[in-house]
Amino acid sequence: MRPFRTFAEKIFSGVRGRVIGFFAYIGGLVTLFAQTVFWLFSPPLRKWQILEQMNKIGVASFPIVFLITLFTGIVLALQSAYQMQKVSAEMYIASLVALSITRELGPVLVALIIAGRCGAAITAELGTMKVTEQIEALETLSVNPVQYLVVPRFLAMLIMVPLLTIYGDFCGIVGGYLIGVGKLHITHGMYIKMTFDPLVIKDVMTGLIKSFFFALIICLIASYEGMNSQGGAEGVGRATTASVVKSFMLVIIADCFFTALFYFTVE
Amino acid sequence: MIELKNIYKSFGDHVVLEDLNLMINTGESMVIIGRSGIGKSVLLKHIIGVMRPDSGSVAIDGTDITMLSIKDLDKVRMDFGMLFQGAALFDSLSVLENVGFQLFEYTDMSAEEIRQRVAECLAKVGLKDIEHEKPAALSGGMKKRVALARAICMSPKVILFDEPTTGVDPITGDVINRLIRHLHDTLSVTSITVTHDMTSAYKIADRIAMLHDRRIVDIGTPEEIRHSKNAITRQFISGSARGPITNEEGSGA
Repeated sequence: MRPFRTFAEKIFSGVRGRVIGFFAYIGGLVTLFAQTVFWLFSPPLRKWQILEQMNKIGVASFPIVFLITLFTGIVLALQSAYQMQKVSAEMYIASLVALSITRELGPVLVALIIAGRCGAAITAELGTMKVTEQIEALETLSVNPVQYLVVPRFLAMLIMVPLLTIYGDFCGIVGGYLIGVGKLHITHGMYIKMTFDPLVIKDVMTGLIKSFFFALIICLIASYEGMNSQGGAEGVGRATTASVVKSFMLVIIADCFFTALFYFTVE
Repeated sequence: MIELKNIYKSFGDHVVLEDLNLMINTGESMVIIGRSGIGKSVLLKHIIGVMRPDSGSVAIDGTDITMLSIKDLDKVRMDFGMLFQGAALFDSLSVLENVGFQLFEYTDMSAEEIRQRVAECLAKVGLKDIEHEKPAALSGGMKKRVALARAICMSPKVILFDEPTTGVDPITGDVINRLIRHLHDTLSVTSITVTHDMTSAYKIADRIAMLHDRRIVDIGTPEEIRHSKNAITRQFISGSARGPITNEEGSGA
């Protein structure tokens, strides 16, 4: 009986620790979000830093978003053609690609790209600043670290991720077009018509609303992990990995949530 | 005057400071000595409000900064400058932007005026023509001097030095010691230094306080500390492995 009790105690204390840790983490994210919103409306707003971050997060991500969404559009068209050709419904590939990309793949792919490319960079940069006391130095210089470091990244992320999503949607549709017109011999006019006829503004908007929240999730997790990293270079590495993994997970969970929400409310 | 009263600070189960009391007079150079990891830097960070005590008060000219809001605390910090152990220069900014950081943030000075002020501060620490370098291009000693220039740029009333001579060669260390003493005398500031380097402590200090076992155990002028009857102080300044300080202590914050 005694060994079983010890075993059970260990299991329950482990579970309790993880549950407390989970809520502490969520509490930390919510606190950081509240601080970010507070400092967002407290002058000065550092315009040059926001532009610099928009360049790093947005403009510098153009090539990789182009490549990934273009090839996803191509693959989606090819994989659909595999089935559609059997029922001679190739022309519907245009609609399928357009709707899949704008409603789902565009926002999610762009979010995952940004989490891997920019979220990791934010965590590594803030983490290095934390372990080399640069964040404390900011405080001693009477500058709030959240206002100076998080707010510009937060704003840049909220502006650029939806814009990149629109760009990614376009590239994905172009990818589908290349296969539809180039390989499946759908006419240019028909492909464009079949792309835009079923596509309504709601499809694009739901995708953009998702991407806005994905941006918020990525920026908060990346900043929180960075500003709480400890233990030198190893700690920064650990925080960066955690930032990417947690962002990926939360983006997918949020995607599921929003898709269900839009399905049951907006449809 | 800076007065720390009954400071208690712990990290989880690890108590770093307990019932710590210390008074630092305006215009004096106070050096806090103690073993590595005993909590000297934690104590220094309490004085500038980067850390808050679990209980106790830190009064700056009668104002308890532990009770202030972040914005009010930022105003108090404008009178402070701090030199960090690893310099803590901002990697992404040039020397000009690092030293003139607060001038860019808080004043309406033109770029040319800031350039001149930064050049003045750099000259005070014996540097020139490095305004456009990035911190990564500087040696350890130069980084500390640039950080010192940043600390004095807004003409603070109090300057805090966290292990100013750690990580630099003995000659550069002596240059930094002289610089700190010189700045203290010429700028008429209150200096608070934490170090375990006794050579540095004797050169810089008006008074020396010994931090051990979570509290200040001895305090006096360099001469008084040199001839202290406190067994802990005697062991520390002689650098002996034998005595009341055991090897298990001083490993933590």
